[in-house]
Amino acid sequence: MADYLLIESRDPFECNDVLYFYELAASLARERNKVTMFLIQNGVLPARRCSRSELLSTLNNAGVELLADDFSLRERGIATDRLAAEVRPASLEVVIDRLAHGCKALWH
Amino acid sequence: MPQRILNIVESAYRGTIEEQDDTVIWFAYTLKGAGAELDVLLRANAVNYAVVGQDASGLSFGERRQTQPPRIDEDLLRLIDRGVQVLAVAEDLAERGLEPSDLITGVKTTPRSGLARLLESYDQVWHW
Amino acid sequence: MADRKTLTFAFMDAPYENERTTTTLRLVDCALKRGFNVNVFAYEGAVAVAFAKQAPHANAMHGRDAAQEDHPNPKEWVAALLKEAETRGAKLDWVQCGLCVDERGAGEWIAGVRRGSPADFWKFVQESDNTLVIPTK
Repeated sequence: MADYLLIESRDPFECNDVLYFYELAASLARERNKVTMFLIQNGVLPARRCSRSELLSTLNNAGVELLADDFSLRERGIATDRLAAEVRPASLEVVIDRLAHGCKALWH
Repeated sequence: MPQRILNIVESAYRGTIEEQDDTVIWFAYTLKGAGAELDVLLRANAVNYAVVGQDASGLSFGERRQTQPPRIDEDLLRLIDRGVQVLAVAEDLAERGLEPSDLITGVKTTPRSGLARLLESYDQVWHW
Repeated sequence: MADRKTLTFAFMDAPYENERTTTTLRLVDCALKRGFNVNVFAYEGAVAVAFAKQAPHANAMHGRDAAQEDHPNPKEWVAALLKEAETRGAKLDWVQCGLCVDERGAGEWIAGVRRGSPADFWKFVQESDNTLVIPTK
């Protein structure tokens, strides 16, 4: 079993293909890997409680850790109290630290 | 040191006319030549790269003709010839109306449901 | 420096076209500040990020001249990252893909950046602790 860091920079409003990446994260977690999805850039947009946030709930239920780049959130005016419950703001340092620990890292 | 790398290619026909190839397929070919152990997984629109008979010939801009159009299916055959395993996601092919007989020889298909297991067998996964 | 881990990043986007370029530079900055050595392989359009002839401009919408606008050119950010590495005793090895440079006529870059090839990237991959590829779309 391995540690995975899936970095999602795109959002489901504009890009259908995000669903593939979400499903990949969930299936890796179902295979009992440790999976973190780090939302960044427009990838944080569904993290503001909205109709698409349920996609993130599904990920969380599958055992995927959900983090959102704090700068990307702030850049888009997404306040912490508006975040979907499953998402935690995080610094980009998390990406660096996970890379340094040898996570398999994929950018979408 | 990573032993095996999986290159996932999903963008298709981006800059391929100017480059006269796909830049990630080219990169994989070059790295293989430099000693890398890698495979290529085509997904999304990039599964179309495995289609036989793609023809981008005949372009000209004023009097300047393109004499060497991209032939991406042939580039994939070069990759396979170099020992790179080229896979394509089965459902992505089917969704695009592609059948096995449409594809170059040597491309293997893999189901979407098997991607998690596939990734586990590589040390690094580069998602292009 | 021997105890430092090394991370490698490959990216592909030209400046000013999307947020991936900025994010890549943020990652490099963050890695250096966390005490890592960093390798960068600038592939395709990304070779323009360190292009020496970028020039700032004024912004009429903001009512600011060039000096007031302090419009960033990414080459300055790259230069600042090289300096950050030096200050911290870390290594930032920034390689421009040579063929990408040639086909774009982007052969003039800031000091501290060097020309290379995919073979350099493969060497980076083999010698670093991890690699992240940030593709273009």
